[in-house]
Amino acid sequence: MIQTDICIIGAGPVGQFAVFEAGLLKLRCHLVDALPQVGGQLSEIYPQKPIYDIPGYPTIKAQELVDNLTEQIKPFNPTYTLGERLDTVEKTATGFNLKTSDGTEIDCKVVVIAGGLGCFEPRKPPLKEIANFEGKGVSYMVKDPELFRDKNVILAGGGDSALDWTIELSKIAKKITLVHRNETFRGAPDSAEKVFELAKEGKINLLLKSNLESISGNGKLNSVKIKGADKSEMEIEADYLIPLFGLSPKLGPIADWGLSIHKNQIEVNTTDYSTNVPGIYAIGDINTYPGKLKLILCGFHEAALMAQSAFKHIYPDKHLSFKYTTVNGIESF
Amino acid sequence: MSDIKIKVQDYSGDVQELEAPTDMGLSLMEFLKANEYPILATCGGMALCATCHVKVEEGMDSLNDPGDQEMDQLDLLPNAEFNSRLACQLRLHPDMDGMLVRLAADEE
Repeated sequence: MIQTDICIIGAGPVGQFAVFEAGLLKLRCHLVDALPQVGGQLSEIYPQKPIYDIPGYPTIKAQELVDNLTEQIKPFNPTYTLGERLDTVEKTATGFNLKTSDGTEIDCKVVVIAGGLGCFEPRKPPLKEIANFEGKGVSYMVKDPELFRDKNVILAGGGDSALDWTIELSKIAKKITLVHRNETFRGAPDSAEKVFELAKEGKINLLLKSNLESISGNGKLNSVKIKGADKSEMEIEADYLIPLFGLSPKLGPIADWGLSIHKNQIEVNTTDYSTNVPGIYAIGDINTYPGKLKLILCGFHEAALMAQSAFKHIYPDKHLSFKYTTVNGIESF
Repeated sequence: MSDIKIKVQDYSGDVQELEAPTDMGLSLMEFLKANEYPILATCGGMALCATCHVKVEEGMDSLNDPGDQEMDQLDLLPNAEFNSRLACQLRLHPDMDGMLVRLAADEE
């Protein structure tokens, strides 16, 4: 069980900076993110794009901003649970108990939701039955390649993930089929070339201009029907189907926590960015209020005000005197 | 007069005809957001998130070809079809008069 002062849901730039503001007030933070890395939208969607509206930086690449923030919050020793989605938040006598999709438990006094536009979830192919086979043959990511050794595996997609995993798994799987809607791949040319080579050598089954049509099985995946551009259909035996169509953000479990939500965003009080549940705050793109701008710099400001309020929530009897870092420096934990 | 008429079909199937200005440099994504359609526009219009995915049911021929970035994104989508486009990459233009687009991001 992880115990901390503040559990921050979302390790994007605003969640990261919240660690700094909380740290100045000697509050410890634990961050949870469904992505396997910190940085949120910046690291996941546009790491190499320049950002022009971070104060003090005429231009800064998104990943560089994330790296700078990681450095900036190091003195406050934040801890992380990455690659796990925060599923439940429950009130306790001392604050909140949180559980992730993988069963990790966190006890904290305050919850700060810095979830951006929601949790990045894999894009699912529009197959009616797919939900029934998730975890029973359908996987949206490859966590342990060994699972696929000597198995019949179908991968679908045309980006780098689909190409890379086709190449890797072709070395250990019994049979690999790659299904892609187009004739060419938008992923890295070298990888695409390697996949074509593997197909020529008969080491993989490459089905271009084709789409997943349906899946079937009895309690576990058995086969996948694939439709070609010429409307022909074929049914292929499969132990595993791995659709790799990228990630897209969804509000997810946040919608079930009793918070006041308007158009996929959490309504907050602009005095301190608190939600309708005492002890739960929302900062960054995930919140909404009259005049809200979805800018990183606004999230930074919201983090600063939130931290002051979080301190008073945790220590209602303690006096909080405002200190400038230029005068007092930063006290590492 | 620089306004054009565009028809938009939302996720419930309702079609609304709207007047769109072509002299403000707006993208179709920005126009749809301004008209309260549920477009997340996560990446702010950089063709990086596909939350502005639309299917152009009428008027496909009047559009410019997609660039590399847009093609990369469209290629990833499991439900993309020949008439799929990212609204953030379509700048409103007089040639688009009479276009009919259907919101498609929620189909994923």
